[in-house]
Amino acid sequence: MELFRIKKDIPFMSYGRLTTTISLITFILAVFFLATKGLNYGVDFTGGTVMEVHYPQAANIDGIRKAVDGIGLKDATVQNFGTSSDVLIRLPLKKDMSIAQLSEIVAKALQTADPQAEVRRVESVGSQVGDELYSNGGLALLLVCAGIMIYLAIRFEWRFAVAAIIANMHDVVIILGFFAFFQWEFNLTVLAAVLAVLGYSVNESVVVFDRVRENFRKMRKANVVQVIDNAITRTMSRTVITHAMTQTMVGSMLLFGGQVLHNFALALTIGILFGIYSSVLVACPIAMWLGVNRANLIGDSDKKGSDKEAIEATP
Amino acid sequence: MNRYPTWKYILVAVVILIGLLFTIPNFYGESPAVQVSPAKSTLKANPELLSKVEDTLKLANINFNGIFLDASGVKVRFGSPEEQLKAKDKLIASLGKDYTVALNLLSQTPNWLLGIGAKPMYLGLDLRGGVHFLLQVDMKAALDKAAESSVGDFRTTLRREKINYFGIGRDGQKVEVKFESADELEKARKLLSKDYADLTFNSSASGKEQLLTASIGDATKKKIQEFALKQNLQTLHNRINELGVAEPIVQQQGFDRIVVELPGVLDTAKAKEILGRTATLEIRMVDEEKKDFATLEAAAKGQVPFGDELYKNRDGQPILVKKNVVLTGDRITDAGPGVNQQTGRSVVNVTLDGRGAGIFKNVTRDNVGKRMAILLIEKGNTEVITAPVINEEIGGGHVQISGMDNAQEATDIALLLRAGALAAPMEIIEERTVGPSMGEENIKRGEHSTLWGFAAIATMMIIYYMVFGGVSVLALGVNLLLLVALLSMLQATLTLPGLAAVALALGMAIDSNVLINERIREELRNGNTPQASISAGYERAFGTIIDSNVTTLIAGTALFMFGTGPIKGFAVVHVLGILTSMFSAVLVSRAIVNIIYGYRRKVSKLSIGQIYKA
Repeated sequence: MELFRIKKDIPFMSYGRLTTTISLITFILAVFFLATKGLNYGVDFTGGTVMEVHYPQAANIDGIRKAVDGIGLKDATVQNFGTSSDVLIRLPLKKDMSIAQLSEIVAKALQTADPQAEVRRVESVGSQVGDELYSNGGLALLLVCAGIMIYLAIRFEWRFAVAAIIANMHDVVIILGFFAFFQWEFNLTVLAAVLAVLGYSVNESVVVFDRVRENFRKMRKANVVQVIDNAITRTMSRTVITHAMTQTMVGSMLLFGGQVLHNFALALTIGILFGIYSSVLVACPIAMWLGVNRANLIGDSDKKGSDKEAIEATP
Repeated sequence: MNRYPTWKYILVAVVILIGLLFTIPNFYGESPAVQVSPAKSTLKANPELLSKVEDTLKLANINFNGIFLDASGVKVRFGSPEEQLKAKDKLIASLGKDYTVALNLLSQTPNWLLGIGAKPMYLGLDLRGGVHFLLQVDMKAALDKAAESSVGDFRTTLRREKINYFGIGRDGQKVEVKFESADELEKARKLLSKDYADLTFNSSASGKEQLLTASIGDATKKKIQEFALKQNLQTLHNRINELGVAEPIVQQQGFDRIVVELPGVLDTAKAKEILGRTATLEIRMVDEEKKDFATLEAAAKGQVPFGDELYKNRDGQPILVKKNVVLTGDRITDAGPGVNQQTGRSVVNVTLDGRGAGIFKNVTRDNVGKRMAILLIEKGNTEVITAPVINEEIGGGHVQISGMDNAQEATDIALLLRAGALAAPMEIIEERTVGPSMGEENIKRGEHSTLWGFAAIATMMIIYYMVFGGVSVLALGVNLLLLVALLSMLQATLTLPGLAAVALALGMAIDSNVLINERIREELRNGNTPQASISAGYERAFGTIIDSNVTTLIAGTALFMFGTGPIKGFAVVHVLGILTSMFSAVLVSRAIVNIIYGYRRKVSKLSIGQIYKA
C-alpha cells in the first residue's frame, strides 16, 4: 500500500504566511480562553478531596447530596461519572478540619445513608502539596525547553532551536486552551501528557530539520525555499504514518483507559494533531524567516564529500 | 552488505533471552500467602520462628505449598484463600501479639527464576489497592519543644548555682531570662554558655531589666530537625508493624515529610488512628514491699494492692508497679546502646534533659537498692520494658540501664526508648486510597489499552509495509518484552500512568521503524538495488532516530526530576521505553531483515509495499 504519490514537491513555504497566521489565531484564542476561563485544576493542584463511590444499583444523587449537606459540607459537588452507579464527590479544603478527618466523616455519612456505598478511591491533597506542584510543573516545563533548545542548537543551529521551541510551546498553549475552553479537569497526569507532547512534537521538527540539513548538502543548486519544500514533502509520508500509529495507541487508551486515563489521552490527542501541523508548518517557516541557509547550517567544510550525491538526488 | 557479524546476532539473541527470562514471572499468577514477622524490634525472624510456624500449621492440619524465611519474616504459601484465612487465625492464636501475621499475595514464580533475581513487576497502590499517606512533620513544634526543654534546664542550673533571676520564659524558639543586675546576668551567661555550647547568647537591657536571650544555632536546628524526623520514622515503623501490613513503605521525603504506603489496607480510619497515635514512656517505681509470690498471685486474680498496678515484664512475669509516675518519656533526649566499663556487659545509655535529670537524681538518691520500672504505653497496652535495680544516686541526667542480655537487645531497647513517642506532631497532607477492585480494574484498563493499540498498529503496519511491516511489529514486540523485563528487573513501581506510558512508548517507538521503512522505499524509488536500499535506509534513518529520541529523552528526564507520585511513575517508564525502543527498532529489526534478505544470492524485489517511481 502507498498513500502518498507526490510527483512534485508541494510548495509548503509559499503557504507559510497562511499556516503561521492560522497558528497565530488559534494561539491567541487559546490564550484568550486561558485568560478568561482559566484551567479547571484538579485536586492535585488546588488541594481538596475527591471521593469515588460505587453503588450496586443506580446511585441516588439527591440522597447523597442530602447526606453530605447534612454534615455541613454545603460546598461539595456530587455528580455521576462513567456509569449511573458511580458517583464522584468533590470537597474543597476546610480550614477547621484536616483532610484526613474530612474523608472519614464523609465516608461515614455515606454509609449511614446507604450501607451498600463502597468508597473505591479517595484523593485528598493539602494546600502545601498543590502549591509545590505549580512551581515544580513550571520548573519542569522550563527545563524541558532549555534542554531541547541547547540540544538542537548544538546538533543543528540556534535558528532551528528557536523555531522548534516556538512551534512546540504553541502546541502546549493550544492544549491548555482546549482544556480551558471545555473546562476539562487539569490534573497531574494531564501535566505529564503535556510534557510528553513537548518531547514528542519536537521529535517531529527534528525529523524535518534533519532532512533540511541533508538536502542542503545534496541539492547544491536549490534555494532555501526549495530545500525546505523538498524536505517536508519527502518526510510527509513518514509524518502522517507515524502520527497515525501513535494516535491509534492513544485512541486505544481513550477507548479502554477509563476515567483516570481519559484526560491524559485527550491531551495527547490534541497534542499529536497540532504537533503535526505546527512542527512542520510553523517551525519551518519560522526557521526560514530567521535566516537558515546552507552556510550557517553545514558550513564550508562539508563541501567535498557530498558533491557526488548531489547529482543523483536533485529532483 | 546486509549481514551482521555473528556476535551481533548472538547479542540480540542473548538480550531477547534475558528479556524473556525476566518477563516470565509476570505471567505466573499469585497465590494466597501469610507473612509472619516480629512485631517488636527485639525479636528477630530466624529459623526458630520458621519451625514454630511450620509446627503450628502441621498441628492444625492446614496444607501449605511452601514455607520460607527471608529478611522480613516467614512466608507461607497456600493453595486457597480459605486455607490462608484459617492459617492466619491459627497463627495469631499461637504466636500472640509479639508477631504480626499479615495476609499477602506471593508470586508463583518458580524458585529457579527467583534465584536469578527475576520477579514480577512491582505494582503501585493504584494498581493493587491500598492507602498512601504523605505526612508533614511540624518542625516548628520540634524546635519549640527543644526551646521549652532548655527553659527547664536553665531554671535548674540557675537555681543550683544560686544565681538570682526574676523571670524565665520562651519567646518563639528563644529562651529569655530576666535579671535584676548586669552582674548576675554576666555570671549566668558565663555558666550557661559553658554548659550549652550549641546555643547563642545575647544580652540586652531595657530600663531596670537585664535580659539574656539564648537562641538555637542553625547547625543545632538542623540536628534537632533531623533527629525529629528520624524518630518519627522509627515510631511509624513500629506502629505500622502492628497493623499487619505485608509490605509497608515508610520513607523520608524531602527534609520534613514522610511517605507511608500500606498496600491492601482498606480500613483507612484504623490506619489513620494508628499513625496519629502517641505512645508514651513512663518511669515508675516497683512496689518492693509487695513482690512476694502470694501477693502477686492474688493480684493476678484481681486483688491489686491499693496504689499499685499489675503489669507483665518481657518474660511474662507479673510485677506490681506504683501508680505514681516518676518521669515520662518526654524527658529523654537521647538513648543509645553501650557497654559498662566495669562489667563489660551491654547497657543502654539514656540522656535526660535538665528537669528530668534533677527529678531522677532525687528519686535515685531516695531509692537505692530498689527497682525502677520503665514502661511503654501504647494503644492502652502497658508493658514493662525493663526493671533494673538502682545501685547508687544518679545525677547529671546520664542514666545507664543494665540487665541487657546482649548488644542486640541493648540496641533494640535504645530504639524503643527513642521511638516510643513522636518527636514532633505530624499532619496528613495527602491521602490516596484505592480499593482493590479498582486496582484490578485499572490493571485491566492499562492492559487492554496496550494490547488493542498494539494489535491495531500491527495490522496497519503489516498492510502498509508488508514483510517490513511484519519486521517492525516483531521489533515492537521485542520492545514491549524488553520494557517489561527492565521494569521487572529494576522493580520500579508501576502505576496506572506508568501503564499509559508503556502504551505511549509503543506508539512512539514505531516512529523509528516508519522512518527506516520510508527511507528504504525512498532509496528504492531512486533506483537503488534492494540490498543497497536496505543498507542505506537503515544508515540514513539512524541519525534522525538518535536526534529525535534524545529530545524525547530530555523531556522524560525533566519529568522524572520534578515529578512526584504519578508523574514520576510515568517518567520512569517513558524514559526506559525510549531506551529499549532504540535497541529494538535499530538492532533487532535490522537483524531480522538481515536474516530474511541478507543471505539470498539474488534479491530482485523487497516486500515493503507498493512503490511508485518518480
